[in-house]
Amino acid sequence: MENILQVSWIIPVLPFIAFACIGLLLHRWPKVSAAVSILSIGASFILSVLVALKVFAGDPGQVFEMSVRWLSMPGLKVNMGIMIDPLTAVMLIVVTTVALLVQIYSLGYMDKDPGFASYYAYQSVFAGSMLGLVVASNFGQIFVFWELVGMCSYLLIGFWFGKPSARDAAIKAFVTNRVGDFGFLLGILFLTIVFGTLNYSELAVKIAGYDNMAVLLPISILLFFGPMGKSAQFPLHVWLPDAMEGPTPVSALIHAATMVAAGVYLIARAFFIFSQAPQAMILIATIGGFTALFAASIALVQNDIKRILAYSTLSQLGYMVMAMGIGAMTAGMFHLMTHAFFKSLLFLGAGSVIHAMHEEQDIWKMGQLSKKMPVTTWTFVIGALALAGIPPLSGFWSKDEILLGAYAGGYTGLYILGSLVAFMTAFYMFRLIFTAFFGSNTHGHHAHESAPVMTFPLLILAVLSIIAGFVGSPFMNNIFGHYITAPGVAHHEANGMIMTISSLIAAAGIFLAWVIYQKKIVSAENLKQRFEAVYNVLYNRFYVDQVYQRLILIFVDGSARLLEWFDLNIVNGVVNGLAQFTGWSGRTLRYTEDGQVQTYALYMFAGVLIILISAMCAVFTALA
Amino acid sequence: MIGLNHYLLLSSILFGIGIYGVFSKRSAVAILMSIELMLNAVNINFVAINRFIHPGNTIGQLFAIFVIVVAAAEVSVGLALIISIYRQKKSVNLSDFNIMKW
Amino acid sequence: MSITVNDVVFVCVSGVTVLSALGVVFSRNIIHSALALILAFLGVAVTFFQLGAGFIGLVQILVYAGAISVLIIFAVMLVMNVDAARTNKANPNGWTFIWGTLLALVIIAVLGTTIMYSDLVPALGELPVADAVGALAGLMLGNYVVAFEAAAILLLVAVVGAIILARGVEEK
Repeated sequence: MENILQVSWIIPVLPFIAFACIGLLLHRWPKVSAAVSILSIGASFILSVLVALKVFAGDPGQVFEMSVRWLSMPGLKVNMGIMIDPLTAVMLIVVTTVALLVQIYSLGYMDKDPGFASYYAYQSVFAGSMLGLVVASNFGQIFVFWELVGMCSYLLIGFWFGKPSARDAAIKAFVTNRVGDFGFLLGILFLTIVFGTLNYSELAVKIAGYDNMAVLLPISILLFFGPMGKSAQFPLHVWLPDAMEGPTPVSALIHAATMVAAGVYLIARAFFIFSQAPQAMILIATIGGFTALFAASIALVQNDIKRILAYSTLSQLGYMVMAMGIGAMTAGMFHLMTHAFFKSLLFLGAGSVIHAMHEEQDIWKMGQLSKKMPVTTWTFVIGALALAGIPPLSGFWSKDEILLGAYAGGYTGLYILGSLVAFMTAFYMFRLIFTAFFGSNTHGHHAHESAPVMTFPLLILAVLSIIAGFVGSPFMNNIFGHYITAPGVAHHEANGMIMTISSLIAAAGIFLAWVIYQKKIVSAENLKQRFEAVYNVLYNRFYVDQVYQRLILIFVDGSARLLEWFDLNIVNGVVNGLAQFTGWSGRTLRYTEDGQVQTYALYMFAGVLIILISAMCAVFTALA
Repeated sequence: MIGLNHYLLLSSILFGIGIYGVFSKRSAVAILMSIELMLNAVNINFVAINRFIHPGNTIGQLFAIFVIVVAAAEVSVGLALIISIYRQKKSVNLSDFNIMKW
Repeated sequence: MSITVNDVVFVCVSGVTVLSALGVVFSRNIIHSALALILAFLGVAVTFFQLGAGFIGLVQILVYAGAISVLIIFAVMLVMNVDAARTNKANPNGWTFIWGTLLALVIIAVLGTTIMYSDLVPALGELPVADAVGALAGLMLGNYVVAFEAAAILLLVAVVGAIILARGVEEK
């Protein structure tokens, strides 16, 4: 047990080995491939639990590190290594748990899909990449795995590559991520140029007393570009809703629980850099808060079950980033953990519904699913309650800690914004529940409950959604905050007033949804007509996609035209010009051949004269 | 005192006059005469330098003899050519012989 | 340093030579040019005598003033188809004329300045080689025998060539 940390490097490696085996050998036997993949992630899960037990039995500040030199160039040295501290341990648990449950669930969901084996290969390589990202000991390594995770996202979003919308969504995800990664890479290079090292521990030491804002502020902002892309903050959020084109387990794993959380994890890891640059923190908090509000408002009017959940993810990610920005790194990571559990639960539940309704995703075409799919319904409700923040479920504790951090830290505006978003969250989630699972539509009557292989993960995740919050609650003396902390993170005493207010806001949201969608006391249609302009803007997602399309048209088209002009006129001009010049010089110079002997003699003598004069000059300068 | 430079100056003046004659005359025979002037100037050069700088041998004079020989051969052949052309074109004006032009 | 007879003779003879050369190129009448050319040849011959190259001077008179000049006058007579007084006008094409003048002047100027600024042997000493002809013969039939034989062949070829060219193509 002492040496569990020494072998912790196996945790990311096992899924990669599974990927290699499936990709090279086993893809002809789908069931075997799935078994290999699940076994590898299961083993990683067990090892992660052992590692966590070891870490949480020890001192919070203890860090275990080992690495090998991977890349060595003048000015840039990148190691590949493992760094295990409490933050890493938490992420390991979250990633392996959700990945294992999603892979088990996929046995049922992706059954009879022709790409079953390659699906598991991609799941394995994703799991390996995410685990490698989490245990990374330096920025170079995290960037490598960051890109790998992005590639896996592309592969999995575009898994059903026969669908044009899926292909486009995959490309959109990759390109948008790339924009963020570009800034991230610039930040990393900046770091290595200024400080000479990329290792977290060494950098923490070097940056501790560093106060040159002109260097730290650009670095912080550039580094933040990575999370802006990966965690889909405004304005790089456009890929996440479209990423729902992928299979639902993929949405659960990647776009709810793990990959999009990588950005938040990075901010937590690099907290020692960001906390030194107050303006960057303000920027992070503002962008996070804005994204939360923006996404929640769009979710109010969406009709596709997965899109609602996607915008909900966007909104919660905004919450987490906002928490990071106001210095409540503990609260942000806590919410990341609880959100991973209940959001993946919600997505897997949605997948169960979609599967049962034969790929129907519009909530208005579902209804009264509770009658035929009880397990799915009630686990979904538990997940929604957790998301809305009803005590004593996990989401309540984490969300409340964020609001507490905003209120007690003096960010009253952000506190009000957070509360408003909490209200909207509760509202649209229960709009979804009342319309699809209860309500008066009867489309859901021909559905049937999903197979146990799919409902078992739902149950596990529901249990986790209920109990996972207690580690950050006053009941356990906030043991989470005891381990996950950093210099500069403020811990506030639990405030009963804030807790009550947030619970009431969530309940009010649920009540309003019940009034409109279940009891139909206030008609949704009337509301839609009265606020038609607002409705249209929200329904069209604030037209952000159209704006981007227009910008791309202007720039890509414009530069293509510019280059075409350049090619036709300047490059062709040079070549044609040479030819024309040759012709012109020929036409002009031929007049020297006029047939007169004396002219030729003149040319000869002129040459002789030139030689004569230059010889004379040479001789006289040599003599002088 | 008349030294080598005076002889060389004389020779260069004759040479220059010969060049002027080559470029400014119309008739082929006149041009040939100017060429003979140039060759004579060169001969003066050879003999003068031989006499002043290397009086021990007579190589300059030998070369002057060869120049005279070659000049004689050239004049005879050149005049024969001119007469032959005259038979064809009834003119010895060099400007008329410009077939080899662009 | 006193002026010797040698210097006076040189000045006179070179003056005559240059003036007759000018006469060659500036005369309108081609016969006058030919006669001026003969005078120039004679002037050059006297210069050779002054330089102690007696044999060369004799050869100059014999070959140039005797044979070549006659040949030239024969050719002039044969191709004269206009009034003799107007045969030797200047080239109407102004371009070569101007450039030729320029070239001539430049060459004279360049060479002249170079020569006058050079540090050359000033005085004409005693004639070290007494028997010039014998020395010449020794060279010709000694080290330079090949050049001598080649010159002979050249003369042969020139004679034969001139005859063929002047004879022209036979009328069929």
